Amino acid sequence: MPEDIARDPDAPQSKERRSVLLTIGVALNAIAGVLVAAPIVGYLLSAGKRERMLQSLDWVSLGALDTFPEGQTRMATFRNPTTRPWDGATGTIPCWVRRTAADQFQVFAVNCAHLGCPVRWFPQSGLFMCPCHGGAYYADGARASGPPPTGLFKYKYKIEGDQLWITAGMMPTPGRYWTSLLGGRKPCA
Amino acid sequence: MRVIRPVWTWLDQRLQVGATIHEAATHPVPSRTASWWYVFGSASMVLFLLQIVTGICLALVYVPSADQAFQSLEALNYEQPLGWYLRAMHGWGSNFMVAVVLLHMVQVVLFGAYKFPRELTWIVGVFLLLCTLGLAFTGQILRFDQDAYWGLGIGASIAGRTPVLGPQIVQVMLGGPIIAGATLTRFFALHVFVIPGTLIGLLCVHLLMVVKLGINEWPMPGRLVRRKTYVKEYDALVHKDGVPFVPVAFTRDLVFGGAIILAVMACAAYFGPFGPKGFPDPTIVDTLPRPDYFFLWLFAVASLLPPHLETPALLVGPVIGIGLLLALPFIAGEGEKSWRRRPMAVLTIVLVAVSLGTLTRLGTTAPWSPVMNAWSAAPVPAAHLQGRTALERQGALVLQAKQCRNCHELGDEGGRRGPALDDVAVRLTRDQLIRQVLQGGGNMPAYGKSLSPAETTALVAFLESCAPKGQKPARDSAEPGTPAPGASPATLSSR
Repeated sequence: MPEDIARDPDAPQSKERRSVLLTIGVALNAIAGVLVAAPIVGYLLSAGKRERMLQSLDWVSLGALDTFPEGQTRMATFRNPTTRPWDGATGTIPCWVRRTAADQFQVFAVNCAHLGCPVRWFPQSGLFMCPCHGGAYYADGARASGPPPTGLFKYKYKIEGDQLWITAGMMPTPGRYWTSLLGGRKPCA
Repeated sequence: MRVIRPVWTWLDQRLQVGATIHEAATHPVPSRTASWWYVFGSASMVLFLLQIVTGICLALVYVPSADQAFQSLEALNYEQPLGWYLRAMHGWGSNFMVAVVLLHMVQVVLFGAYKFPRELTWIVGVFLLLCTLGLAFTGQILRFDQDAYWGLGIGASIAGRTPVLGPQIVQVMLGGPIIAGATLTRFFALHVFVIPGTLIGLLCVHLLMVVKLGINEWPMPGRLVRRKTYVKEYDALVHKDGVPFVPVAFTRDLVFGGAIILAVMACAAYFGPFGPKGFPDPTIVDTLPRPDYFFLWLFAVASLLPPHLETPALLVGPVIGIGLLLALPFIAGEGEKSWRRRPMAVLTIVLVAVSLGTLTRLGTTAPWSPVMNAWSAAPVPAAHLQGRTALERQGALVLQAKQCRNCHELGDEGGRRGPALDDVAVRLTRDQLIRQVLQGGGNMPAYGKSLSPAETTALVAFLESCAPKGQKPARDSAEPGTPAPGASPATLSSR
């Protein structure tokens, strides 16, 4: 009787059926595992995709040109091109704008080239100083002293109408993409 | 008791755990391990349980959103009844947990407890330490203030130095191109789900191995661990001189665990909660980012390493450190357990402890950081102005106005990035002073572009007057008229 064979765990047919089922079961779970893992990994790593990084960059206005007097360095702030409603104050990013001539600017990231702390501008001594590890930079962003390996990070800028625009959207960290995508030029020597 | 016993019997008939629990609780341990040296592991676990309880309570109110986290912390501190106290207990619990886990580790190394057959217990323990430090760091991020924001910036800058994949790692770490809402939510998920879950799993394995392999016996000089004989010897020791873990050895764990909870509560009540320290607005650059105490040593390392060593040290250093910890039981898995006969182990611990202690101490004072407000807040000491010429006093004004004080002390006030200036005239001649000020060098920026000739003259005149009474000013050895030793200062001066 087939039913009896099915119930007898030691019957050869029963063993064979079990081993086939085991193979199918393992295979199914392996497929399911891969199918579950793929979107999870994609989801987790999505922020690191090159296209996403490129998409996060855009031109933003720092305001009217006449808010930056010639020969001076002033802080400007801009709303990051990509923000979400719950980003709050963290979506507003500061930068240092130095106007050297009527149409000549330098726009520096506030982040120290050493480990990213916010540098402060001291017009009297013409230095940017970092409160964390003691980095200092000259007015033109070049490294003056301390641990920073390079000068301050620079934003690419353009003048359109009476506004100063920069390409922004990414926190500057030492690395290829910042220079190749964002600034289009190397940090100050 | 009359009610409890039938209830327990009913439950255990269904749960079937009574025998297992009884076996684990009363498993024999060497009698000398009933010692105060053996309480740190259980104390770490007790502190972790406290963190779970207080952490869940905080999660009832805390809002893991970049625009509201700070307000919710303030609400916990000032509005929610006892919110400040639970925050304080969670913060102090974290400090205690890091400290006690480290003590546990030191005891394990000193007593050779990582040796055969407890290698895997040690390795799991190393990952438990990493989880503890991971919780401490992510917890500091959830206290979403300026320290947290710039701490993330530092973390991202370190990650960004990774060759080739740096920028991608930064983006994945931050959850986007900048530090923002997505960053906080992913650190929240790490702090609340991922790391505690991992820690609980590892802790179960750790405890299981402690129970199955037995607690490390008290190390005796000369009693060597050998793979072939150890298990037999341990069994014989426990058989001959064993005591049940509960109640004999357990009582000290109980006392110490209770005392440590009370200590956390006392610190929380007396010192209160940690921060939040300032609204996390990146446009407020007038800030002084500092890590919590267990990462101050790293802050010091990042400041003191020579620049060319920094990237390798920050990226490869942790890998080597963790690798060495994991490799320890394989390097020294057999042999002597007693610290009396393991000078290298003792010296290593002393060296690491002294290094961490020194770096932490340096991290709290941070002499490498400019004091950003010293130029306007620290006055020139009166002694440096009395009896000085007009030019010298003008130089003192230049010194203040050009922010020299941010890096240089005068009268014990000001930055310590550069040398104190109270006796600078003893060390540098007039020409050397001018060159140092204009050209910089030796970690000092050049001021040639930001000082007019008149300002330079005044500043150097003031600096030349900075010599303690009775000490001769520096002189140029190439100049003629080198006076004999003991000559009067008047003949020394070549001004």
